[in-house]
Amino acid sequence: MRVTVIDYKAGNLTSVLKALRHLGAETIVTDGDLALVEAAERIVLPGVGHFQATDRLDATSLTPAIRAAIARGVPFLGICVGMQWLYAGSSEAPAQPGLGHFAEPCTHFSESTEKVPHVGWNSLEVRTGSRLLAGVEAGEYVYFTHSYKAPVTADTAATSYYIEPFAAAVERGNVMGVQFHPEKSGATGLKILSNFLAWKAGGAE
Amino acid sequence: MITKRIIACLDVHDGRVVKGVQFVDLIDAGDPATQAARHAREGADEIVLLDITATHEGRQTLLDTVRRTARELFVPFCVGGGIRTADDAAQVFDAGADKVSVNSAALKDPMLIDAIGRSFGAQAVVVAIDARRDPDAADPVRDAQVFVQGGRKPAGRRVVEWAREAEDRGAGEILLTSMNSDGMRTGFDCELTAAVSESVGIPVIASGGAGTVEHFVDVFGRGKADAALAASIFHFGVSSARSLKEELARAGVSVRLPC
Repeated sequence: MRVTVIDYKAGNLTSVLKALRHLGAETIVTDGDLALVEAAERIVLPGVGHFQATDRLDATSLTPAIRAAIARGVPFLGICVGMQWLYAGSSEAPAQPGLGHFAEPCTHFSESTEKVPHVGWNSLEVRTGSRLLAGVEAGEYVYFTHSYKAPVTADTAATSYYIEPFAAAVERGNVMGVQFHPEKSGATGLKILSNFLAWKAGGAE
Repeated sequence: MITKRIIACLDVHDGRVVKGVQFVDLIDAGDPATQAARHAREGADEIVLLDITATHEGRQTLLDTVRRTARELFVPFCVGGGIRTADDAAQVFDAGADKVSVNSAALKDPMLIDAIGRSFGAQAVVVAIDARRDPDAADPVRDAQVFVQGGRKPAGRRVVEWAREAEDRGAGEILLTSMNSDGMRTGFDCELTAAVSESVGIPVIASGGAGTVEHFVDVFGRGKADAALAASIFHFGVSSARSLKEELARAGVSVRLPC
């Protein structure tokens, strides 16, 4: 299977590519070739770093190309900032809009005595019916590193708790996102990526 | 619930894992890729590879080692040693590291922290601090000094202040090694770890002195560490991260299990 991985110059892609290839995927990386997005069978938008970096998606016209691909039913997975980009935006860079596929904004963790960023392995509470997280048991751990988070809504596929409950994964039809790093989350993370690679429109698997 | 991380540390010299006491008397402890894979399989939450050769000639060996080690590693992987510029960091990221750890080069040029953070994100920058208490100081903890060159030379900075500056410049984590305790297996420096952890808002990884499970319980409690590094406790089959974590869980520490 083929996966188009979007490079928007925010951090390195090596780990994501390595994990996808380990699972047998053929990876195609693009930082602005719209034809590659138009022909994409699956799209992964990784991301570490600042939400502002997603302005590159607008500058390169990748945003409308990705929107069109999603509308065609192409399975899409956003990771970390790549998940947050699916929402209306983030208070990390208020002037920079997200895709708006999910209407809510992402916000900073609430004031507390806990350290922010939230770094480390935290457990998932998976909602029933998630196809992306099929086979992930309650309490399995994944690796997070982030200061901003998406709210828990009807589209939330899994929640996690740090300071407050937040969306660890989101899923509506062919559009999926994970706040954690599946490429760094051991066997659990590989299972989730493998579910994404197996995702078919309409099918249970 | 967020868990305390157990990080396996591999000190690497000329492409081999080594272990010494207070950075001297090195003994061979195996192949880095093999050791890293074993630690991940046995439940380590993260792997740190520190190149203690850090010579110019050793760079290519290091990059090959990182590439080989990262290939089948699906837990966070941090690499340190000899990273002097943002370009050095970029090469290490390209080879498969998720984070880099900077130490003496950041002391010499603190802007290095800003530069790597800007390009790769704060989560990718770990500032490693080699700390030594000054027994004659009025407050041995607050006055603990940063050392460089494998703990031989004072850098002229107080540990707590340098940790704060590192955070301000965009470090994502602090890796604090007590040079007094390193390799001694007598326990972490919990007082110093707590002083640093309470002074910064980013995670602190405690290092130096692990010998028993109690030492880890102590550093996660009294020492307020977010993660702890262990090297000698894992080598030579002394223990595994999994068995360590099982014992920690029994002692009430939240850890990633099963793993």
